[in-house]
Amino acid sequence: MTTANLSQAFMILLRRDLTLAYRRRSEMINPLLFFILVTALFPLGIGADPTLLREVGPGIIWVAALLAALLSLETIFRSDFDDGSLEQLLLSPHPLSILMIAKVFAHWLITGLPLLVVAPLLGVLLDLPGDAITTLLITLALGTPVLSLIGTIGVALTVGLRKGGMILSLLVLPLYIPVLIFAANAVATSGAGLPIDAHLSLLTALLALAISLSPVATAAALRISLS
Amino acid sequence: MNEFFHMGGYGFYVWTSYGLALLVLLANLLSPILLKKKLLRELARREQRARRL
Amino acid sequence: MLKFFHRMASPKYFYQFAGKLIPWLAVACLGFMLAGLYDGLLLAPTDYQQGDSYRIMFVHVPAAWMSMFIYMVMAGAGAIGLIWHIKLAEVMAISSAHVGASFTFLALVTGSIWGKPMWGTWWVWDARLTSELILLFLYLGVIALYNAVEDKRTAARATSILALVGVVNIPIIHYSVEWWNTLHQGPTVTKFDAPSIDIDMLIPLLLMAVAFKLFYALVVLMRARCEILQRERNSGWVKELVRASS
Repeated sequence: MTTANLSQAFMILLRRDLTLAYRRRSEMINPLLFFILVTALFPLGIGADPTLLREVGPGIIWVAALLAALLSLETIFRSDFDDGSLEQLLLSPHPLSILMIAKVFAHWLITGLPLLVVAPLLGVLLDLPGDAITTLLITLALGTPVLSLIGTIGVALTVGLRKGGMILSLLVLPLYIPVLIFAANAVATSGAGLPIDAHLSLLTALLALAISLSPVATAAALRISLS
Repeated sequence: MNEFFHMGGYGFYVWTSYGLALLVLLANLLSPILLKKKLLRELARREQRARRL
Repeated sequence: MLKFFHRMASPKYFYQFAGKLIPWLAVACLGFMLAGLYDGLLLAPTDYQQGDSYRIMFVHVPAAWMSMFIYMVMAGAGAIGLIWHIKLAEVMAISSAHVGASFTFLALVTGSIWGKPMWGTWWVWDARLTSELILLFLYLGVIALYNAVEDKRTAARATSILALVGVVNIPIIHYSVEWWNTLHQGPTVTKFDAPSIDIDMLIPLLLMAVAFKLFYALVVLMRARCEILQRERNSGWVKELVRASS
């Protein structure tokens, strides 16, 4: 039997997670529906005044995206932990942090990317101008991977705990806040017609930081949780 | 003396802040003291139970 | 010197050494605090713009400084415990969490109380206040995670990772005042040229800052001793201690 090299292992893990998700594809809809529902709740709650909605729209959509991301985080390690394949992953000869990138990437494709598909619709629902909707898509494209990456650290820390779900939100939401601030601000600013280079640079910087550091933290956290 | 408490009209704000600071500091001092007492009591009880067995 | 650190790694030796240090720290802390309070509340002149309400600064600013300093200590000690598996580092990390959270809470509340007469509002969502609020949540997250994990060694290592991940937040707090033009006071002490604050106000501020640092040292040693008692409860010296105290 030949051992797979790192890139093969990466692709195998990626394909495995995507296949497993595809077999339960009805579950993929849930965070998406949550995203739409939460966004729809706000006009119902704060009144349908279009000027007001346009002003708070970016923030609403981003908060909803954040909550949807949080909701879908549990699935990343849950089934693997329950059937023991997570421990097998820890025993792999390949660097765990790289394998974590594969898992998070798969998770983002399943839970983050669909949000981007739905976002323009929500932008229209909240009467956002065209520029803002484009920026919304860009910020979601940059931001949702960061949410997945950072959130995975939280899941890794709490996967062994009994009531992990509650404490996961407490741990992860404070770390999400900078992403929220920069992204929602970018969308609002572009809606007003102003340049957003600074915002996008900051978001990209956050993404770069997250990609390089969070897999390491996740790997370390998993080893600790499963020790 | 009166103007010390009055603080130029801001007495409420200044003294509430300092009062809160005092409370926070006292709470942080008392907490480990009480914790240590509780720990020693519990460990002593454990010792007694172990000795009886 | 090296031998001192070596000995310090032993929980028993640390427990005794900390016990001897605590009364001295308490006295020093009290001294600085009384001096700072006397200077700040009585001697320091009334501010031209803010009247006497600025005196809140003498608790607000040291509390804010401590909130960030303690977090760095917590993250640093956590990192040391994680990398070199030194028990004492783990103990120091978690012992810092409660007092750090307290100072963060104090900074937020005193800042809010100061803000009301000055800016007319109890709260504003500017970058510095928001980051300090996030810092409070980070502290609470560390405490919550530590309490949720049964095995305290695992708990200590998990919270160390959490604390390190949150460290990114600290520079954001510190530089946020330069990045955003906001309501909060600009940096007046920790910047690279001479502080732009009056010397008569600077001295009580520094006295209180030292007092708060000593208070932190005092409390962290007290908590660390409790944590050590808990962790080492099955060891001989703890059993001896318990027998002697009952």
